[in-house]
Amino acid sequence: METTITRPLSQVAEGQIVNIIKIVGGRGLRVRLTAMGLLSGTQVTVVHNGRSGPFVISVKNSKMALGRGIVDKIMVS
Amino acid sequence: MNRWNMTDSKLKKITVALAGNPNSGKTSVFNMLTGASHHVANYPGTTVETVQGTCTHGDFRIVFVDLPGAYGLTAFSTEELVARKFIIDEKPDVVVNVIDTSNMERNLYLTTQLIELDMPIVLAFNMSDVAEQRGIVFDTARLSELLEAPIVPTVASKTKGRIALLDAIVVVANASRKPRTHRITYGDEIENALSQIELLVSAEQPALAVKYGSRWVALKLIEQDGDIIAKIKDTRLIDVVSDAVAKLKTIFRDDPEVVIAERRYGFISGACQESVKATVELTHTTSDLADAVLTHRVFGLPIFLLMMYLIFYLTFSIAAYPMAWLEHFFNWLSVLLASIWPAQTDNWLRSLIIDGVIPGVGGVLVFLPNILILFLAIAVLEDSGYMARAAFVMDKLMHRIGLHGKSFIPMLIGFGCSVPAIMATRVLENKRNRLTTIMILPLMSCGARLTIYSLLIPAFFPQNWRGPVLWLIYLTGIVLAVIAAKVLRLTVFRGDTTDFVMELPPYRVPTFKSLSTHTWMRCLMYLKKAGTVILAFSIILWVAMNYPRVSEQSAAGLSPNQIRQAQLANSVVGRVGKAIEPVIKPLGFDWKIGTALIGATAAKELFVSQLGIIYAISSYEDASAATLRQHLQADYSPLVGFCIMLFCLISSPCIATIAITRSETSSWFWAAFQFFSLTVLAYIITLVVYQIGSLVIAL
Repeated sequence: METTITRPLSQVAEGQIVNIIKIVGGRGLRVRLTAMGLLSGTQVTVVHNGRSGPFVISVKNSKMALGRGIVDKIMVS
Repeated sequence: MNRWNMTDSKLKKITVALAGNPNSGKTSVFNMLTGASHHVANYPGTTVETVQGTCTHGDFRIVFVDLPGAYGLTAFSTEELVARKFIIDEKPDVVVNVIDTSNMERNLYLTTQLIELDMPIVLAFNMSDVAEQRGIVFDTARLSELLEAPIVPTVASKTKGRIALLDAIVVVANASRKPRTHRITYGDEIENALSQIELLVSAEQPALAVKYGSRWVALKLIEQDGDIIAKIKDTRLIDVVSDAVAKLKTIFRDDPEVVIAERRYGFISGACQESVKATVELTHTTSDLADAVLTHRVFGLPIFLLMMYLIFYLTFSIAAYPMAWLEHFFNWLSVLLASIWPAQTDNWLRSLIIDGVIPGVGGVLVFLPNILILFLAIAVLEDSGYMARAAFVMDKLMHRIGLHGKSFIPMLIGFGCSVPAIMATRVLENKRNRLTTIMILPLMSCGARLTIYSLLIPAFFPQNWRGPVLWLIYLTGIVLAVIAAKVLRLTVFRGDTTDFVMELPPYRVPTFKSLSTHTWMRCLMYLKKAGTVILAFSIILWVAMNYPRVSEQSAAGLSPNQIRQAQLANSVVGRVGKAIEPVIKPLGFDWKIGTALIGATAAKELFVSQLGIIYAISSYEDASAATLRQHLQADYSPLVGFCIMLFCLISSPCIATIAITRSETSSWFWAAFQFFSLTVLAYIITLVVYQIGSLVIAL
């Protein structure tokens, strides 16, 4: 189901493609994520969203594993 | 002029820094350029290492420095700061920026920051074959014009593009610098603030402005870069900056550094839009399939454990053969020297070499096969891309004790030997995680300590108790390691466990060249660093065990074994053993155990041979272990036996471990910290166990 509500990345089901709206959290984390290519407007695909453990996304041509703490801070729609 | 007759001194020197994202293939480009001429150095005061290599190209001698892999040049991570400091302080003639072309935009983010530093750049578009397969087409000429840097396509794993890259380096190094025409601009609001701050920087802190460039300093100040802010002494400048930052925050409703980062990406997509075309939508099918299995919720962990078991097995079973050969060789060397060097002449020197240096250094060299196989295996895991998945699988578990998923690998290796395990902590990027892991590693009961257990357990425990006791000892080590890690992360190494963000690089087949250079460098480092310190310590320990000498009169009429016994009792080590008896008495230990424990600092397994000397049992007797056990049974209770094992498990790590901790952390402090805190911990735990145990038995 296509939805445009802003929600944390952790709520997105496997296989869905979403856009990053903003990243909330500390400056260090945001700058690091930006340098790794995660910033507002970036399109990400959720590759793996298990109930526990890291979360895998694919951004452009690379795959990234994110900790649970981070996926709650990335707001997408 | 005959160029072929030129000597090295006439070659002009060019210094090149190699920068790039992690997984961009930076190291393989480095290997391609420099061959095997490597030199590893820890960057002063950090655990981050830089590798140097050289090559000769035409009339130039080019020195390459491989900087740590970095996504940017912020002050937020040690690696990035090290890379940045090198570029600014050492002013390399050229920075070669390695770009993974299948991931252009993100890789160019680092490039924008090199442009901001106004460095002469050469771009190596690596893995250009993969990009081609994926249908990415780029107009190199146009892109080169926009980025104002030559672009050289390379396929480092196949040594393609080497000469072209070297040519470009030479051209850029010798070209006169022109100001850039395409500057990265950050929008009117930020640009206004920048020019205002820039003027103040030039006026108030001219030295900074000269060293870093006033625009760059101004930019870093707006980005609230901790490292640069600390260098500002002028209070007016600080006030102006905080006003500007506050103003920008209200305008953008966001931190200025995030806006600046977005503008950098804006510059990149502007440049790429005109020159890069992706004709095929990327699919990850094979990689996804492999990941589905290797990081599976249920199967991921068993697969990882199996993988680790394999490495462990290979390291300690295949290596057993060359280790035995090396051991034989050093024995043979001792025997040979003893036979050709008459015992009457230069007695002390003879003994120093035969009993001190050869066993000491030999005892370290025998681990070389272990190190070689282990690091080959680790190189395969890293180069293939599996390491990132392993960290992913273990992360949840390790996170609970405040460590990173990758810490698990060194901890497991620690069951074999702490020395390679501490070297393996290099896979950890975060300094706090790495130090914590190094500190607790000796608690993983190593192979040498198994020698002690296999002497003591049969001496004190009935057959059906032996297995459980051994299990209990190992388990105690693991539990203590977990608790110690948690405590260290809450106290000494406090700080956020960095949130887990990690790229999962595509799976690749490791190249022979990369594997061999990695392994060779590690082995060389082990030999150099541990070897020198070990040699020094073996000499010191030999002196302490042999001096002061027993007088000729008191030795008269004694058997050789009794002379050795008397000598050890009379030596510094023996005397210290006796002196500490009151201290170790509450643990149930006497001076004999104390003496053996001191000797065991050289290498844990020496505990057994030291006890042998104390009880005057010739180590050449076949039944020596059985005889020694009888002596031990007569002198000590099973509780004391258990306490000895407990103490050996926890207490001060061996000299090789101390030496490697010192060299890996570049600090004697951490080596001393590890030594003393573990010894104190061992004392307290053994004390509690012995005292409570005695009470229970008395009941």
